[in-house]
Amino acid sequence: MARAQAAAQHQLSTQSDLVRRHRVGQIFEFVFLGAAVVGVAVLAVLLVDIVIDGAGWLSRTFFTRPPSRIPTRAGILPALAGTVWLMSLVALISFPLGVAAAVYLEEYARKGWLQTIIQTNIANLAGVPSIVYGILGLAVFVRWMGGLTGGRSLLSGALTISLLILPVLIIAAQEAIRAVPSSIREASYGLGATKWQTVRHHVLPNALPGILTGTILALSRAIGETAPLIMIGALTFIAFTPEGPRDAFTVLPIQIFNWVSRPQDDFRHLAAAAIIVLLVLLLSMNALAIWLRNRYQKEW
Amino acid sequence: MATIRVTAGGDAALETRDVSVFYGSSEAIKQVSFEIPRNKVVALIGPSGCGKSTLLRCFNRMNDLVPSARVTGEVLFQGEDLYADHVDPVEVRRRIGMVFQKPNPFPKSIYDNVAFGPKINGIDGDIDDVVEQSLQRAALWDEVKDRLGDSALELSGGQQQRLCIARALAVTPEILLMDEPASALDPIATAKIEELIHQLVVHYTIVIVTHNMQQAARVSDYTAYLYLGELIEYDDTNVIFTAPTEKHTEDYVTGRFG
Repeated sequence: MARAQAAAQHQLSTQSDLVRRHRVGQIFEFVFLGAAVVGVAVLAVLLVDIVIDGAGWLSRTFFTRPPSRIPTRAGILPALAGTVWLMSLVALISFPLGVAAAVYLEEYARKGWLQTIIQTNIANLAGVPSIVYGILGLAVFVRWMGGLTGGRSLLSGALTISLLILPVLIIAAQEAIRAVPSSIREASYGLGATKWQTVRHHVLPNALPGILTGTILALSRAIGETAPLIMIGALTFIAFTPEGPRDAFTVLPIQIFNWVSRPQDDFRHLAAAAIIVLLVLLLSMNALAIWLRNRYQKEW
Repeated sequence: MATIRVTAGGDAALETRDVSVFYGSSEAIKQVSFEIPRNKVVALIGPSGCGKSTLLRCFNRMNDLVPSARVTGEVLFQGEDLYADHVDPVEVRRRIGMVFQKPNPFPKSIYDNVAFGPKINGIDGDIDDVVEQSLQRAALWDEVKDRLGDSALELSGGQQQRLCIARALAVTPEILLMDEPASALDPIATAKIEELIHQLVVHYTIVIVTHNMQQAARVSDYTAYLYLGELIEYDDTNVIFTAPTEKHTEDYVTGRFG
């Protein structure tokens, strides 16, 4: 009896083949861990390198001066102002357009070929390289509508970037709208609400946190965009802050691009300092998005 | 098919004539003709998938929201066909209220839940009064009167469902449709809803879909038994549960299948 039990226990202990199989499992665990760490590690190295390079150059005058041929007198004021201007305009243009498009597609459009075509093309547009939007912006907003936009102006840039992020924004807003339970819509319709009253009072307020999160993430993608803005002519020496949407402008990524392409070491440090500013802007936008998401997360 | 009448007077709150509902090409309701008497409780019973919820949703044109659904036949409400061209489904839904299976309060305050209907419908008078009256009729006032500003989601499931009833009452409907209103609730909350139904029927006509046959027997005056989209039998609740004419009905109510 006791021996039979011992034998039975023995049968359940690790067999030689199983040792090998466990080892293979462990190896893969490390491979996967490595893959997961690569991204974070690269980011950490990048951050440390940039902070070492640029932190010393982050003086008050760095924020209050225009760029200069003399590195110690150079600042990012016009580029920073341009970025803030551009992002504000982009938000103003793309948010209402994107939300309206998403509401149409989710709440109003009948399922059919038209809706399918629009939906498929929005998904396609989200994958179009940003430089292509730059070419479009140059042709349409700078040249063709130049009289209205002021040519190579903030407005042209904002319209171009808005087009670029609209597909992402629409898709994010659609997902947020779809996440509003249909039971809420039914409750509203059941009380004699019209479609617009239902959208206005229930769908939009409940989808808003998700829409805002999506908008901020889309904007934080846009804040680093360089190619389309170079295309429409923001790669210029600007020594003043823009006063209105029809003014010429430059933005932080272009200023950074400008400085890194110079031979002197000091300009490289300036670029690093500007990158720190850009990253801080970007990370605070992402933090705001996460905060919004957690703050308004709903339990149904 | 002749309309099945359960009362002699013909004082019907609702009457269906050859109502069929199609989802795409499948027929979910097959030529149902019956009438629902005023100020009575009518229960729709039948096994899952028999079409009782679909039929209920014909009465306030909720099926309009399902793109593939198509309704034929007539649903007469005060002599007017709800599906006539000139009829606005938005107005239909105000006059014929609905309570859903799962309590679905808006994620707003208790007050705002009840006040929403009157506000959007531009109902005259003091909204505060409407809110109080509605909550009282739904037997919820005493439990919530001191915390009208609290989120409706903080209420218990049973309270939420009574809030949904109060919300429906606030737009002064004539008929209340209830789609398994107690199926997500515990027995005590269920008992409260059933008691409430007894009180409400003085003012309203109630059509209730239920899976629970004891519930149908307890709350309803008349019972309609549906099977595979057909109205098999419709009669006094006592008759349906004690001496049904159809063998099929008897098999179902005695629990032989379903």
